[in-house]
Amino acid sequence: MSGVMKRMGMIFRAKANKALDRAEDPRETLDYSYQKQLELLQKVRRGVADVATSRKRLELQLNQLQGQSSKLEDQGRKALALGREDLAREALSRRAALQQQVTDLETQHQTLQGEEEKLTLAAQRLQAKVDAFRTKKETIKATYTAAQAQTRIGEAFSGISEEMGDVGMAIQRAEDKTAQLQARAGAIDELLASGALDDHSGLAKDDIQSELDRLSGGTDVELELQRMKAELAGGSSSQQAIEGGQGQTQSQQQSKSDTPRFDKQ
Amino acid sequence: MIVRIMGEGQVRLDDGHLAELNELDDELLAETRAGDEEGFRRTLGALLDAVRRLGAPLPDDSLEPSELILPSPDASLSEVRELLTDDGLLPG
Repeated sequence: MSGVMKRMGMIFRAKANKALDRAEDPRETLDYSYQKQLELLQKVRRGVADVATSRKRLELQLNQLQGQSSKLEDQGRKALALGREDLAREALSRRAALQQQVTDLETQHQTLQGEEEKLTLAAQRLQAKVDAFRTKKETIKATYTAAQAQTRIGEAFSGISEEMGDVGMAIQRAEDKTAQLQARAGAIDELLASGALDDHSGLAKDDIQSELDRLSGGTDVELELQRMKAELAGGSSSQQAIEGGQGQTQSQQQSKSDTPRFDKQ
Repeated sequence: MIVRIMGEGQVRLDDGHLAELNELDDELLAETRAGDEEGFRRTLGALLDAVRRLGAPLPDDSLEPSELILPSPDASLSEVRELLTDDGLLPG
């Protein structure tokens, strides 16, 4: 996918990323951290198990040595009973050497036991911490998911994301169309006013009617002038002339009504 | 995958149809770059028809991010070109 679809998708994803700043998902970080803690806990537990194994091995050796020590003691006692003091001495000296080993092993055993107790305690504390972390992690993750959803909804409403981007564009388009229509209406008015466009609504005058109006306006002025002249002269001939003039006007008007094609309907 | 036709809504589309759409999509990009208004309009119409025909519409109240986005049917070549060459959004 390398065409318009992908590139448009990238545009809106870029917008969404800017809005959310999802360079790192904290949920993944939390899960990773929890995983690391579990691994650490596992190591501590393995350490406890190793120490316990060593302790048990020491206990077995101690038992063996103590068994041999008891045997040598018995042998010494029997040799003495048989009057073999030399044998008894040999047995007791071997027993003394074993006893030294037993003492050393007992010291080691005590040390290991102390270590084991410490490690067991540490493992228990770590386990408690890891459990607490897991609970907290889940809470944080839930909160983050909710916040993210909320952000997405908010983002959608603000028109940032692609979810509502097209709605924003639809509104923009509607506004543009409205502006375009208004501009067009204004332009049409201008064209009508300049006479470049014909008005078919019948409200405006055509050029012939304008000329007739102008002419008839001129006739009225002429008639008025004649009337004034007659008044000033005051003669009956003038009065007759006026009457005649009026008659002429009436006939003109009659003529006008005979030609209704020029009348503005 | 979910495809959004701007101004119309989203449709769920089977990935198997992508190859068919991809051809039209590449053609559309070439026409947009070349400034071929007539070709752009014809290919956009064909692409949108194909998406509508092959996809199932999602309800209006669903809030799922779209993997692919298509211009609205009445988008002009200049509008689309402006969107695609907006350096503020596309890195590089």
